[in-house]
Amino acid sequence: MTQQDARTKQRGTPGGESDFQASTSFRHALDRAFSVLVFVATMVGLVVLGVLMVDVLRDGLPALSLEFIRDYPSSDAADSGVWPALLGSLWLLGITALVSVPLGIGAAIYLEEYATDNWLTRIVEINISNLAGVPSIIYGLLGLGLFVEIMRPLTGGSSIISGALTLSLLILPVIIIASREALRAIPKAVREGGYALGATRWEIIRSHLLPMAIPGAVTGTILALSRAIGEAAPLIVVGASLYITFTPMGPRDQFGALPIQIYDWINRPQEEFQVLAAAGIIVLMAVLLATNAFAIWLRNSQQRAS
Amino acid sequence: MAVESTGRERSGAGVWQRKSRAREWRERIVKGVFGACAYLSVLTTIGIVLVLIFETIGFFREVSIVEFFTDTRWSPAFEPPRYGITVLASATLMATLIALLVAVPIGILAAIFLSEYASRRLRGWLKPALEILAGVPTVVYGYFALTFLTPFLKSTLFPSIEVFNLLAAGLIMGIMILPTIASISEDAIYAVPRSLREGAYALGATKRETATKVVVPAALSGIVASVVLGLSRAVGETMILVIVSGSLAQYADNPLKSAQAMTAFIVSVASGETERGSPVYLTIFAIGMTLFLMTLVLNLVSYWFVRRFRETY
Repeated sequence: MTQQDARTKQRGTPGGESDFQASTSFRHALDRAFSVLVFVATMVGLVVLGVLMVDVLRDGLPALSLEFIRDYPSSDAADSGVWPALLGSLWLLGITALVSVPLGIGAAIYLEEYATDNWLTRIVEINISNLAGVPSIIYGLLGLGLFVEIMRPLTGGSSIISGALTLSLLILPVIIIASREALRAIPKAVREGGYALGATRWEIIRSHLLPMAIPGAVTGTILALSRAIGEAAPLIVVGASLYITFTPMGPRDQFGALPIQIYDWINRPQEEFQVLAAAGIIVLMAVLLATNAFAIWLRNSQQRAS
Repeated sequence: MAVESTGRERSGAGVWQRKSRAREWRERIVKGVFGACAYLSVLTTIGIVLVLIFETIGFFREVSIVEFFTDTRWSPAFEPPRYGITVLASATLMATLIALLVAVPIGILAAIFLSEYASRRLRGWLKPALEILAGVPTVVYGYFALTFLTPFLKSTLFPSIEVFNLLAAGLIMGIMILPTIASISEDAIYAVPRSLREGAYALGATKRETATKVVVPAALSGIVASVVLGLSRAVGETMILVIVSGSLAQYADNPLKSAQAMTAFIVSVASGETERGSPVYLTIFAIGMTLFLMTLVLNLVSYWFVRRFRETY
């Protein structure tokens, strides 16, 4: 809308009359109005975020207790808790990180440090930016077809490992993009200095580039992982259980996850379960906050160390 | 700063090694491993395409492709089953449209504020704060829209709004994609060189005139890319639509009413007890294929637009 306006204004009105307005007081009044408008626009998102937080806290805090975290879900709202869902989410988070972080950083190193600028590399690059835009539910369908069906003997069907592999593929592009940016920010002189001393490419990567790139890459990686924790749609498609009453003990176990538990409670018509959903959201947001705080702490400590 | 210290501490890189053949082999292996990581992404795409094509072909063996695109009803669970994808697509489209109406003007105005009006410090606070919105899980948005936004709309502007409706879903999706549009547009606007602004000021333009007539047009390619990216995110959004706009498969002619979106149908099938390999099960792959092609086109348009119209200074 706005850029459309800007463009027509820039090219002048169709009648050919001039854009020039002599009245400076009018133009300055417009300027003041505009500066208010852009400020209000910026605040819209933050106000919604604030209202959302307050709403969830107000709904959910009364139901939040230690029992809520330690209990299993039940048809009786008063006895319900998030324990198996929370454990499921932590399992998913752990395996997803183990799979996606090395793969993502490896791919980033290849693209930044090894790949020459040819058509094959360009295809890989377009492909990665494209994958970053593929809806998460499509990854769910991939996981259903590949990990649940074709690789069933290995993954055990709709299991934690199937879910985690699906999430890994989902966040891989984000990790690659963040790590590449971190590598690109390192001055060329570092590499040239290394070569001048007779180091091979891998030696330079291991001793200089990786330690220098880690603070930047970590931030993007944790953001990607926290996206994975919040995902529900691909996990539902892969076959996560909406109602889970046992603790997942291994990667081949059936699983639930926090966002899915929340979705299940939202779906129930009774008021008590809505309250549980809000309490579950608080737990989920707390997990997200913890991972993000960890990322910031890690980045700061890394920066100090180097 | 980091160069000298890490260089001295880790001795490996500086120490002369005689076994150059072993080093060469190690280099080759390392390169191969990293290369494999990079090409895995291509395999992911191939995997997506193969899974979707394979199951979609299975679907079109049961249902005619013409019927899929022209039938005006969607009722796969009934006898006789009807598969008119346009029914579900209309709900997706309506919600996406509402989301864009919210996010595009607000996002671009916010980008202008962050880049042109806010002080460095304020920008340093506001931009990350705004990006929190992109990290909020979509089930949370769904909960908020269902339990707060819809009742709010009902008590204020639209008394006739249904419990499940597309309006609240679209509005909250607009908030969800807002940071995508604002953040990427801001990057593009911020990257416009100072000389362009100074030129405009020298000609007597005010700050607003400079921003809207010089800076924004110069950053247009980045802004359009951000909008297309937000659009493709809205099209593929799932949990908000599942929770907020309901599961009634009907044409979306009124945003105050319920209508099932494409992604919402996939979830309702996946979370139900559908037999593997049955036509209903296969429909989710046909819908997935449709979605994948839609977002692919959008992403390619965005990519092409940035390359084609990028201003070089």
